[in-house]
Parts: sequence; structure tokens; C-alpha cells
Amino acid sequence: MSGQNGNGKTNGSAPRVGVYVCHCGINIAGKVDCESVAEFARNLPDVVVARDYKFMCSDPGQELIQDDIREHKLNRVVVASCSPLMHENTFRKACADAGLNPFYFQMANIREHVSWVTKEKDEADKKAKALVAAAVHRVRFHSALEKKRVDVHPDVVVVGGGISGIHAALTMANAGKHVYLIEREPTIGGHMAKFDKTFPTLDCSACILTPKMSDVKNHPNITLWSYSEVVNVDGFAGNFKVQVKRKPRYVIEENCIGCLQCVEECVFKNARFDDEFNENLGKRKPIYMPFPQATPPVVLIDPTQCLRFTKGKCASKCAEACEKNAIDFDQKEKIEEVECGAIILSTGFKTFDAERIPQYGYKKYANVYTSLELERLVNAAGPTSGEIKLRNGSTPQSVGIVHCVGSRDQKTNAYCSRVCCMYSLKLAHLVKERTGAEVYNFYIDMRTPGKGYEEFYDRLLEEGNHFIRGRVAEVTDWAMSPEEQGKLVIRVEDTLIGVPRRIPVDMVVLSVGLEAHDDADDVRRMFGISCSKQGWFTERHPKLAPVSTATDGVFLAGACQGPKDIPDCVAQAGAAAAEALALVDKGFVELEPNTASINADLCCGCRTCVSMCPYSAIKVDETQDGEKSIINEALCKGCGTCVAACPSGAISQNLFTDEQIFEEIEGVLSYV
Amino acid sequence: MSNGEKTPTGFEPRIVAFFCNWCTYTASDLTGISRLIYAPNVRVIRVMCSGRIDPQFILAALREGADGVLIGGCHPGDCHYQEGNYKALRRFKLLKRFLNRMGVEDERIRLEWIAASEGDKVQKVVNEMTEQVRKLGPLHLAPIATPEAFEHEDKQELVAAGAEGESS
Ligand SMILES: Cc1cc2nc3c(=O)[nH]c(=O)nc-3n(C[C@H](O)[C@H](O)[C@H](O)COP(=O)(O)OP(=O)(O)OC[C@H]3O[C@@H](n4cnc5c(N)ncnc54)[C@H](O)[C@@H]3O)c2cc1C
Ligand code: FES
Repeated sequence: MSGQNGNGKTNGSAPRVGVYVCHCGINIAGKVDCESVAEFARNLPDVVVARDYKFMCSDPGQELIQDDIREHKLNRVVVASCSPLMHENTFRKACADAGLNPFYFQMANIREHVSWVTKEKDEADKKAKALVAAAVHRVRFHSALEKKRVDVHPDVVVVGGGISGIHAALTMANAGKHVYLIEREPTIGGHMAKFDKTFPTLDCSACILTPKMSDVKNHPNITLWSYSEVVNVDGFAGNFKVQVKRKPRYVIEENCIGCLQCVEECVFKNARFDDEFNENLGKRKPIYMPFPQATPPVVLIDPTQCLRFTKGKCASKCAEACEKNAIDFDQKEKIEEVECGAIILSTGFKTFDAERIPQYGYKKYANVYTSLELERLVNAAGPTSGEIKLRNGSTPQSVGIVHCVGSRDQKTNAYCSRVCCMYSLKLAHLVKERTGAEVYNFYIDMRTPGKGYEEFYDRLLEEGNHFIRGRVAEVTDWAMSPEEQGKLVIRVEDTLIGVPRRIPVDMVVLSVGLEAHDDADDVRRMFGISCSKQGWFTERHPKLAPVSTATDGVFLAGACQGPKDIPDCVAQAGAAAAEALALVDKGFVELEPNTASINADLCCGCRTCVSMCPYSAIKVDETQDGEKSIINEALCKGCGTCVAACPSGAISQNLFTDEQIFEEIEGVLSYV
Repeated sequence: MSNGEKTPTGFEPRIVAFFCNWCTYTASDLTGISRLIYAPNVRVIRVMCSGRIDPQFILAALREGADGVLIGGCHPGDCHYQEGNYKALRRFKLLKRFLNRMGVEDERIRLEWIAASEGDKVQKVVNEMTEQVRKLGPLHLAPIATPEAFEHEDKQELVAAGAEGESS
């Protein structure tokens, strides 16, 4: 133990430490006796002043530090308050403004790590004191450092071309940035492209979306790569390298004008393959365009269906018909690399697989549909040209809409998917309007928070829709009375009257919830971010940094972060675009100076460190004294792995030197 | 015993934790933000990556009086620096065997992968480990000989051996 009298490293003059214990209102002071912590700190080595104050991060709080720096000639500062991830920069800046190198600062986290997680007050006091002692011990061994500046690449990559990605891309392109929009499917548009109308205003989805899609296509600042996927990401905020796999469509995109002559002439005279865009309710040919307004307006060939690929021979009428020579059966997958300064992820969601709740009869009974299927049925451009028909072609007289399928359910997803109540109302309205059928909504609670949403619900009530409160137990075709004959019976306990009921209907619609994509875990790993247990990408702070991620330079927009409706997606996409712009427009990023360096005198040239470095930043140099390792500071990212591995103790990491950490260990254990 | 309640027996272990900045430290902040109460026995030291954790840090903590050491890093494949956590794991395994030989029980040294979103896991791991170490009681390391003592003992042994040699 270094004793109470102070013997810290002194770049010139002896350390003079100031300690500031923040009450954070009652957030800390409610549990920790801040005054006694300050009192304790006064007796720690090299401490010159120690104070407690209501809000250290406030202007007067920061001025307190700055005045002391001047008056007491402080050359080290410790603030015991919230997490360094929250306010380290605030206090570093306060120090710098008072003329002290900002790296002579250290924070002790006595809020997130003490007052918010500790039950007993005396225990909280003890722990707070230990953490303050650790910080004081350590800060004495800090040295002055400079932040490095690195230029930022001005381009931006957006991954996922649903409404969120489209809006983010357009916003940044309009601001003059070059944007690469990478979409996995053959067309952008995402889920919104499948809807007929959007709640609560019932404006036509295509009418508001397709102009934005063609803006993307025509924008001089946007490079649209559809049918493409990111396969690798390297680098850091400001300078990413993104590798993109461009899947072969067997059609040369630049040549195709979308005339569909090839589709017309395909040797398959009838469309006979399931049409994914129409949720497999319609058919398409092996050469197809997903839907008329697909963007880019380019066809593609499905090699699992086209005879040229499956049988090895075909009259290839499509190629013959194409005046632009756009068909290219030999097209190969390509990997392209782009550089960018910032990345926005907007990969959206998938809908819940209704087969996971077998008692609702999806895929068992022909006339049980998912909500997304119904969206296609009511869509004028859909497989039935907007007519709501049962599988046998007749019009339903009665329709039951089952809410919360795969939401608010401990067996599937505990969370509320946020949009299902509203889209169920929308679909109920459209069904009633188009067919005049009796529509029954089966709900647990109606959730309609949002501008104009409750009013929309009121409107539906007035339109004469039925609302039955209760979670549906089962959908069955087992008739128990003549009027149930040939119908689907929805069994439910009506919890408002406390009676089990059986409602016979012609069509059942399952309002499936929103889920994260199956590959969410692979995707988030590639971009170095985290996701929740359900697979939603995690924002840096749930309130204050909702579109940032733990990885600088990677931002989130839309439903990939959690279920949300279109207005929220668009708002978030705008926010993500603004954050990305703030990064690339600044032109440079400042890097933490936590890089490592090698003391050549101690290096024995054993090369242990060389293999440790994930960035190949360490090279071996031949010197007069034999082989020595050297670190290229520009490549070092500051993980410290080489430092821990060096058998000679020759490597040191700024901000995390051995000495500093040993002192921290000693401080955290020596007093309490 | 969870939720930070004290034992009647009086012994409260002190555990030093080394958490990586990107996953586990962030997770422990989330534990706080979510107000999940846990045992007050763990004191966290932040490093950028679990790969930075030098086995000497663990030894130093034990020497300075810690009854246990907890290491927290990102899940395999998630390390912010690609694979620092694998390096940490490698060192951890070796050190653990070594400490075992020296009589330090398994439960005193623990490595956990905790993702930034797993605030509840921090609570669970800390409570569990505190309870286990509390059961083991204080760590009594065999007094580690100082270099001087070594020298001294060595000399005496040598002298003794030499004397024997001479006399025979
Ligand atoms: C049945 C139903 C009806 C709805 N009706 C309404 C309504 O009326 N009004 C309303 O406000 N909201 C409605 N919603 C909600 C609405 O769908 C979402 O708010 C919105 O579509 C989310 O947009 P997004 O761009 O975030 O995600 P998505 O629309 O899911 O788009 C994501 C895009 O990213 C692509 N992608 C995914 N992974 C990758 C990858 N790894 N690489 C590249 N690209 C990738 C996808 O192919 C897709 O094009 C409804 C939802 C459902 C299920
Ligand atoms: S950054 Fe968490 S283990 Fe490497």
C-alpha cells in the first residue's frame, strides 16, 4: 500500500487531487451519505480538497471544480457520480476549460454501481468509499494525453430499404451525402409496400410510398443495391469498410427497362410458382418483377424454377424477347466493397409465424389467414385485385379478427407489438367497407395511443363492428349447432360478461405480432452492436440516445429496434440520418488516446504481442539491439490485449497502464 | 443470499470485478438503470476489453485482500476488438489451474460473458458468487514470500547443503 502521505507519479509537480461527490439530487444522496464520503476522501493520499454537491454536472457544479483547480492548484480531479459512460466527457471538458489536461480526470461510478443497486445504506457508503479510494489512487498516476483526430469518410451506408431505410437515405442524400442503400430483397419498400391503406388516416400506402421509392431510384446521390447483403464490416466510426454480396438476378440491371416482355414470352405460359410478394396467395413465373412499382424496376430469374437452370436447357424465349439483351444466364455472385463514415441499420421485422399457435388453425383450415395475407387480399394490386374472397372464391359474410397473436403471451412473446390493434381496426374497416360482412374483433385490451388513433377506434365502434374482449382459446371447424355447420368457430371467454362464447365466422384473420428477423443475431454481430433477448437491436440509451448504438458510427432506424408504426419509423429514420450527418459533416472523429506503446528497452523481441493484435498493428523491427516489436499507433484500437500478454511487461496502454490498474486494485481494497 | 442482505455470521467477502467497457460494464450500468438490487460485495474496475486483464491483476487483487475475483467480458464472437475475450479465456483457464494448485478454490475466480443488454445477469452472477464465496469464508493465501525472504531461505538452504557436502 502506498501509504497516506502521497507518492503518486508526478509529471513535474506532486499530485494535488480534488474529489467531488455528487448527490445527483436524491439519486445518490438518498442512499449514500455523500458528506461522509467526501470526509473520507479528505484523508486519501494527495487529496487537497474534497467536497459534496447537489449536482456536479450542473454549471455551478462544474464551476466548483474549475475554481478549485485555480485556487488550490489542483492537478488531478475525481468526480464520484454517475457512470463514466454518461458524464466522463462533461467533466473532462470542465477540466480542460480550466486549463487542466482532461486526462488528469477520473470518475467513480457511485450511482449505477452503488446507490441504484444497493439495499442497505451503510453498505452503500462503504462501497462508494472503496470506489472513490480506487479513483484517487489511480488518478495520481495519470498523465497528460492528447486525443487523436482522424478524417471521416463522407459517404453513408444504409442497410434495409423499408420505409425507414428509404427515409433515412433520402434525408442524407438531400443533404448532399452519397448514400449506398443495401436491400436484401429484389425491391425496396419493405412491409409498407404490401399494404393497401395505412392507419389511422387510411391514405393509400402505395400513393405515399412509391414516390419516395422512385426518388431513391433517381436520386443522383443514392446508389441502390437491391438483392444484396452485407457480408462483412471492418473499421470504426468515420472509416468503415463494408463488403456487400450482390446476388445474381441473371438480368443485367443497367440494361433492363422493366418492359416485362421477357415475362410475357417465358416458356411457362401460365404463372405457376408461389408469389412471395403476395404472401404466396398468387402465382408468378420463374422470371418476374415482384410487383409493378418494384424499385429498381428490374426483373429477376429464380434459378430454382427456371428450366435453364433446373434442366440445363430451355428455348430461352425470354432472352430472345429482350431487345436490350439484359438476360444473362451466366451472371455470378459478386462481392463489392464500399467505404463509409457512418452506417444506418434499418432491417425491420418479420411477422410472427402463426403456425406456432396450432390451436388457431393456421394452415390447417383454408380460411384462416394472417393479417399480412389479408393486406394483400384487400390490395387493389394484389392477387385478387382487391376483392376479399375465401379460398373457394365466395365473399365472406362474417369475419373474425384475432388480436395479439404472438404478442402479450408468455408462451410466445411477452411484449406488445404496438401496431396490431391499430392495423386490426384498419383491416376491420376495410373488410366491412368492401364486403359488408359482420366483423368481430377479439382483443385483450385495445391499445390506441397515437395521434388520431383513439378517434379511429371510436369511428370503428360507430361503424357497427363487434368487439369482444377476451383471448381466443381456439379456432375449430367442429360444429355444435346447425348455424355453425361449415363455418369456423371462434371459442373465447367474453371477459366483459364472464361467459364463454362460440362465434361462427367464414374467415378468421390472425393479427400476428412483430418479431426480430431470424438472422438478427448474425447481423448485429457483424456491425458490432447488441440486441435484446428478443432480437431487437439495442440503442445506446433508451431515452437519451434512441438511435445510436454502443458502436460509434452505427445508428438504428425503424422496426429493427423494436415494434413501431410508420410515423415512428419515419421520425426515427430522420433522427438517425441527423446523427449520421452530424458525424460525417464534422469531417473528423476524435479517438480516445488509449493506444498502446512498447518500451524498446524492455522488449525482448519474443513476438508474443504480434499474434495477439487483432488489427495487425504490431510489427517487428531489426534494431541495433536485436529484434524489437513496434506498434503502429494509427492502427491500434486500444484493447490492451498485447499489454496483458507481454511477458516482459514492455507494453503500456494509455489510460490503462499497469500502474494505474494496480493502484485502482489497491485503492478499492485498502480502506473499506 | 440475494438482494444484498447481510449474513448474521458477519463475514462479508470482498470481490473485485474486472469488466470490459463495451459489454459487461455497460450491462452493469443497465443493472443500475433498471434498479436491480444486488449484493454490495463486488467492486468493479473498468478495462476496455477483457483481453486487457493481466493475470497479475487477479493475483494483486487477492494479495490486497479480495476474497474473489470476477471477470466479465462480451460473449464469444461479440468482443468489440474481435477476440480479446478468447485471449482472456485462455489466460483465465491457465491461471485458474495455477491458483487451484495454490489452494484457491474454484468458486473464488469466475469468468462470465455478459452482454450489454443483460443487466439482470449481472445481478444474478454477483449474488450467486457472493453467496458462494461467503460460504467459503475469507481467503487465506499462504503468506507469499518476499524476494528477500526467498533469497534468505535459499542461502540458508545452500549453506546447509554445502555444509553437509563438505562434511561428508
Ligand atoms: C399486417 C401489418 C399491417 C400494418 N399496417 C400499418 C399501418 O397501417 N400503419 C402503420 O403506421 N404501420 C403499419 N404496420 C407497421 C409497419 O409495417 C412498420 O411500421 C414498418 O413497415 C416498418 O418499417 P421498417 O422500414 O422499419 O421495416 P420493414 O418494412 O420490415 O423493412 C425492412 C427492410 O429491410 C430489408 N432487410 C432486412 N434484413 C436485411 C439485411 N440483413 N440486409 C439488407 N436488407 C435487409 C427487408 O427486406 C425490408 O425491405 C403494419 C404492420 C403489419 C405487420
Ligand atoms: S470488448 Fe468486451 S471482451 Fe473485448
